[in-house]
Amino acid sequence: MRTGSPVVIRVITKQLLPLILLFGLYVQFHGDYGPGGGFQAGVIFAAGIVLYAMVFGIDAATQVVPRRVLLRLAPLGVLIYAGTGLVGLIKGAAFLDYNALDPAHPSHGQHLGLLLIEFGVGLTVTSTMLLLFYTFAQRRPPR
Amino acid sequence: MSIATTTILLYALLILQLVIGVRIVRSRDVFSATMLTGAFSLLGASLFMVLDAADVAFTEAAVGAGISTALVLGALALLRFRKRGPRRRSRGLGFVACLGFFVLWLSLVPQMPILGDEHSPLQTHPATADYFAFTAEAIEIPNVVTAVLGSYRGFDTLGEAFVIFIAGLAVYLLLGSTRDRPLEPERHDANG
Repeated sequence: MRTGSPVVIRVITKQLLPLILLFGLYVQFHGDYGPGGGFQAGVIFAAGIVLYAMVFGIDAATQVVPRRVLLRLAPLGVLIYAGTGLVGLIKGAAFLDYNALDPAHPSHGQHLGLLLIEFGVGLTVTSTMLLLFYTFAQRRPPR
Repeated sequence: MSIATTTILLYALLILQLVIGVRIVRSRDVFSATMLTGAFSLLGASLFMVLDAADVAFTEAAVGAGISTALVLGALALLRFRKRGPRRRSRGLGFVACLGFFVLWLSLVPQMPILGDEHSPLQTHPATADYFAFTAEAIEIPNVVTAVLGSYRGFDTLGEAFVIFIAGLAVYLLLGSTRDRPLEPERHDANG
């Protein structure tokens, strides 16, 4: 998108951006207690970066979050999720049975499992949304 | 919030959504239709917030009002379209179809449980009580939605994560290039 946004928009964006990203992290890691989880956190985080890209230009955004990083984080997220499931399988329980992560305290295993899979979902959602946005925003119009 | 306040807020938001919906349908400018769609989603997010569905409200605000509006704007910047579409020639068929659906929905509304009804199927079904009891006992977290999505139906959620990943990958393979390409300076004239 274009650079050279009005100064009011640039200043307000700089003030809002840390709050948006912090709120995204809160929704991510507080999902067991408050509303939200990996998907919500992922889209909030991605929306913050998209706002940055729209105000300061797509080149500034790709310097902060390069596309090659996103291309690795998106599969890493689903691998973390599936890997957490595989741990249960390796330990002799069912696939995605988080009780097996901590057999002495099954509920601790559940907490750990939920934290890990939500983190995986958050990574995949953030990077996929940003990848979609970059793909459209960096394309040249046909002549 | 009292039920009266909730009801007033709901009607206010729904009427605003109706007004914006009519404006979207009547709009012949693609750019303003896109921005109105974003406003429609933001009102939808407020609606979910009034109904105490905070996680759905987050999603609607971030995806509906934020990212999809940005994606559509990005797509519009790539298209060479006439700024104003042609005036519609025939409206009879569309009008009849809309009226038909309106009557159909209106006939279904009385079968819905009213807001906050404790005798609705969702409240009285034994599965609801089971999920609350099992979550408190076996998972020990307060947010039952997270327990259901992450643990009881972890396999579904894994599938959803894969769907998002594969969809993004497909778009990237179809449209993306292999390197971070700097933008051409003449790009800003194409901004819808």
